[in-house]
Amino acid sequence: MQHSVKYTILFAAAVCVACAILVSTSAVSLADLQDANALLDKRKNVLLAAGLIEEGQRVTAADVEKLFENVKAVAVDLESGELAADVNVETYDQQKAKMDPATSYEAPPNPSVIKRLPNSAVVYHVLGAQGQIEMIVLPIEGYGLWGTLYGFLALDVDTTTVRGLTYYQHKETPGLGGEVDNPRWKGLWPGRIAFDENGEVAIQVIKGQAGPPSSDPHHVDGLGGATITSRGVTNMLRFWLGENGFATYLEKFRQGRQVS
Amino acid sequence: MANPSTKAVLDPLFENNPIALQVLGICSALAVTTKLETSIVMCAAVIFVLTLSNFSISLIRDSIPSSIRIIVQLTIIASLVIVADQLLKAYLYEISKQLSVFVGLIITNCIIMGRAEAFAMQNGPALSVADGLGNGFGYSVVLLITGAIRELFGAGKLMGYTVLPVVTEGGWYNPNGIMLTSAGAFFIIGFLIWGLRVWKPDQIEEEG
Repeated sequence: MQHSVKYTILFAAAVCVACAILVSTSAVSLADLQDANALLDKRKNVLLAAGLIEEGQRVTAADVEKLFENVKAVAVDLESGELAADVNVETYDQQKAKMDPATSYEAPPNPSVIKRLPNSAVVYHVLGAQGQIEMIVLPIEGYGLWGTLYGFLALDVDTTTVRGLTYYQHKETPGLGGEVDNPRWKGLWPGRIAFDENGEVAIQVIKGQAGPPSSDPHHVDGLGGATITSRGVTNMLRFWLGENGFATYLEKFRQGRQVS
Repeated sequence: MANPSTKAVLDPLFENNPIALQVLGICSALAVTTKLETSIVMCAAVIFVLTLSNFSISLIRDSIPSSIRIIVQLTIIASLVIVADQLLKAYLYEISKQLSVFVGLIITNCIIMGRAEAFAMQNGPALSVADGLGNGFGYSVVLLITGAIRELFGAGKLMGYTVLPVVTEGGWYNPNGIMLTSAGAFFIIGFLIWGLRVWKPDQIEEEG
């Protein structure tokens, strides 16, 4: 069928308007639910890293809410290691801050391919029954084989004993590098020691099998068939526990300068 | 099968399967079928988009200027895909995270454009809905079989529940790693096409 140019343009405009209305209506009306989901997911992963919930355990939003009453989010200034009081942790998005030159700075060259660092990172303090800090959950990220892995590392209040490691987003090969999600592999982490006697980061994913934490505290089994992902995990732990990551903060924490 | 609607729904299951016969939509069939659960959600999303795109394109088929029909179809499909993606993010967040970009990539799924151009542009809305459902089911049959085989033999599980206890968790089954790679899906779909053509020899293409 032949149509005039005017008709064609008007028709195209009408289709665009109708589709735009459809898309924007769905985006706006579902935004609250989606935000709630994203927050819930993040909290769930903090709890997973801290070992407060088990992998595969069915938890409702109310459960997460309740468990999170004992978790306190704080913003940490990465360079000074001090708590950043001016940052509202409720609304602060570390990933967005990383993109904005005003709230981030260039990272030194590193094998984890981290290009920019946010001025402040959100760290979670897991509190005990008396309100004392029992665990510190640090956000970590770094390149694996196919893309960046995002996760959390939980450290004991001694700042060196690992309590758990979990990734909430990655693009590694299912069955190979994707085994970073395997509960059995994640179960190898608690009890490992992140730093050696000299305060250097010593934790490492090795090729083959590591001994139990008591005899082989700094090593974790490599992932079979996933050398590059394993190396990526080591690199990102070294980065985030090192001087460009949370080392300053952990040092200050150890000195007891910070009271939650 | 005299009723054209029934035929439109049932034909694409085995007689004229979009994946097995027309070999369309292979990319997503490889990407999302490592687990049965993601396969099911992907199928639901494709059926949703395909049925509604067929319906809406068929409704306005006589008004679409032929010079811009492809871009009009694409605009409608793209909008529906965004809606599907938003719905998944709101109600099935965990799974939508696993499906990641592949929901968005439904836009480029050749089955949907193919049905819009080949069927919805020529037929009425009711019949187009039937055709959309049928092709969605045809796509789903292949995805679900592939997903079930890959999860069962690649991870010893179905829907996340252990069926074959794997060696690494103290069982006896040594999982077949190739099932979890895209190559594994290629093999399964290849065998499915072979099986279907042995069963229905008229689907074999003539050698040229």
